[in-house]
Amino acid sequence: MKESNMDGLQTTATETEQQLEDMAKEMRLANDGLLEQDKGYFCDVRPHRVEPYKGIMESFANWARSQSLWILGFGTGCGAIELRPLMTSRFDMYRYGIQARPTPRQSCVFIIGGYASVKTLKRIVRSYEQMQGPKFVLGLGSCTVNGGMYWDSYNTINRIDQYIPVDVYIAGCMPRPEALLGGFIKLKQMIREGKCEGMNKYIDDFDWYKANQKQIIHDWNMPDYNW
Amino acid sequence: MVETVKYDPRSKFPPVDANSGKSVYNLLSGKYMKVWQGPQHPGITGNMSLELTVCGDEIIDCKTHVGYLHRGFEKLMERRRYIQCFPLVCRICVPEPDFNEYLFAEGTEELAGIEIPEKARWYRALTLEMARLASFLMWIGGQAAAFGMGTIGQWTVTMRDYVLDLFEELSGGRIYHMYIIPGGVRADLPAGFALRVEQTLAQIWKVLDDVELALMYNAVFKKRAMGLGVITPSIVDEYGITGPNARGSGIQRDIRKDNPYLVYDQLEFSIVTETGGDAYARTWVRLRETRQSIDLIRQMLEIMPTSGPFFQKLPNVLHWKIPGGQTYKKAECTRGEYGFFMVSDGTELPRRIYVRGPSYTHAVTLMEKLAVNVNIADTAGLMVSLHTYPPEIER
Amino acid sequence: MATERQERTIQEVKDSDPVCDGQAGLKFVHVGADQAVAYITRLRDVQGYTHLVFFTAIDYIEDSIFRLTYMVHNYASRQDLGVQVDIPRQGATMESIHHLWPHAATYQRELKEMFGIDFPGSPGVDDSFILEGWTGIPPMRREFDTKLYSEQTYFPRPGRVTHDTAAYMKEKLYPSEAETW
Repeated sequence: MKESNMDGLQTTATETEQQLEDMAKEMRLANDGLLEQDKGYFCDVRPHRVEPYKGIMESFANWARSQSLWILGFGTGCGAIELRPLMTSRFDMYRYGIQARPTPRQSCVFIIGGYASVKTLKRIVRSYEQMQGPKFVLGLGSCTVNGGMYWDSYNTINRIDQYIPVDVYIAGCMPRPEALLGGFIKLKQMIREGKCEGMNKYIDDFDWYKANQKQIIHDWNMPDYNW
Repeated sequence: MVETVKYDPRSKFPPVDANSGKSVYNLLSGKYMKVWQGPQHPGITGNMSLELTVCGDEIIDCKTHVGYLHRGFEKLMERRRYIQCFPLVCRICVPEPDFNEYLFAEGTEELAGIEIPEKARWYRALTLEMARLASFLMWIGGQAAAFGMGTIGQWTVTMRDYVLDLFEELSGGRIYHMYIIPGGVRADLPAGFALRVEQTLAQIWKVLDDVELALMYNAVFKKRAMGLGVITPSIVDEYGITGPNARGSGIQRDIRKDNPYLVYDQLEFSIVTETGGDAYARTWVRLRETRQSIDLIRQMLEIMPTSGPFFQKLPNVLHWKIPGGQTYKKAECTRGEYGFFMVSDGTELPRRIYVRGPSYTHAVTLMEKLAVNVNIADTAGLMVSLHTYPPEIER
Repeated sequence: MATERQERTIQEVKDSDPVCDGQAGLKFVHVGADQAVAYITRLRDVQGYTHLVFFTAIDYIEDSIFRLTYMVHNYASRQDLGVQVDIPRQGATMESIHHLWPHAATYQRELKEMFGIDFPGSPGVDDSFILEGWTGIPPMRREFDTKLYSEQTYFPRPGRVTHDTAAYMKEKLYPSEAETW
């Protein structure tokens, strides 16, 4: 795993050992938060961009993706309360092919349910990075847009899109279950059109996102990217 | 405390340190393992995590971690005017925000010396009981789902949604109603509201019959919930346990009866108690209180005054200087004693507002005590049976 | 059994007139910092105030004191009693009451984190409770400006306009009612 992204490096005779080392360092994640003895357990390879398939294959894949959205059952804020009517028989999101999964490994939609405190943001980043691609993020409530009611709070972030990429915002405090269904339909439409490139955006601007995250999460004691 | 019994190395529990009273164990020994539960929540417990040390699948040590939902309400309220605090307070507790609104309004009125009209007092009590009903309905679903019975959750959460529809008709909001405002309530009851309430209540009553049959006489539920998390009456005061958790242990305490507020002295009801003290008894208490809540709403709709003002005109709320003083208002919410401690220093901004949530003791100290010796699979059920709600712990 | 020192202080407390704030069922009593724990022990063991409702602090920065408030409840007489203790803000320290009620340790942990009041001997008082990796001054102190902190730390979305509420209401929303104020 560690050697995999060294393949693309073309070394010439003129380059010194030092330069080579520098380049190697650039490609690796620092994992500064980990203890020295723990670093070997975690992967330090940077995440890679995923390119779309060609032509009709990509359309088919997008259609399939849009038909089965599995959401991560992590109610990060008070918005989670409207997910419960949505899951149960009155609004019944299963008829849209949406269902809740208990673990990030099985899910592809992350619903940020409202405000995110700094302590939760750490868990959000961890969970988001553990999710399998292609993955989509739904920002629920006005708190994710601009901080909402808690715009001047010392413990809640103002804009979630500074820390992880967001595909669809659903405004309101709180948004009704119908609004959530509307957001899901919009998300499906965007997936079918191939516009949900949040995961690739995260990888393209990886350093910017990481810098923002580390700016507010002071005790960064986890690997830089959770594979 | 002196440890008199010699430690048996074959025991599954680690030796206890005589001085600190804590278990001493070595995680590297391979006998014990640390498991984290949360903050992704199992059921309706909210974002809270448990750091469990287990031996096999039995918990030998539990530590609660909260703070995932901390928004700093108390700090934010210090820099907002009283009327600006009013839309903020209901967000402290999502399943039943009305208790926050009521207590904040009541505290403000007492500090400012405002008398509210009689009709507003009835409307407030009606809203509080409806909120209690909605919260209990969701809790029943959560408790059943924590033991693997998802169907009951489907029934009761849908019923709760019909109560939310009534709230929407009354106040315009499904979750956050912002209906109880300092000075009274925000609007009169819509025409024909009582009729639609009665229809919904009849429906809920029927579903509760089914729930009772399917849940309380279910062998799996009985087997798992009986003897789980026993609260003995002796620790009730020591741990500050209030509400259904205390009443499940046979303690006859209910603020609605003991310190009647609003119109509860004019209504007929008795305190619901059970004697088991375990999760099963607490479920019974809450189921019977749900029915009691329905009964109270019916009583109120019958004898409630229908004419008169519902709002006492306030002075200009933007320059509303509340006279200095301090007060503590409390009410019986679904989980126990909910209270607002408000201090005013005579300016337009509150000096300090402290919110006392019942989960504060239930979820941290009590949970850490009760979780010991519980099977990992039953932790979710235990958490739900204490009916904890984290935002009122960390606010 | 109360020691001699406790008896003396309790006598002093009983002699002084408790400050009552009017409302039935609720009283506030001011006691000195060195007498507080003895007084609360007496309240719990002798006078039947067996339930600790909450324990919190109020920051009076202008007097440079913290006013600790122990709210205890008597189930027999249905009375709430707020025991208020003033301690200096500088190097704030208070005796712990975790031996009276186990859940007091949680309140003390929170006070340590949010106000910086130390309770030596209270279990886990130094562990972080709500905040994680907080390095600044305790956020519930009055000198901590949450708006400034939020603007500097997080990324405010541009476009938020703040009006002076009173002037805005007067000019835009209710111009006809202005003279009634």
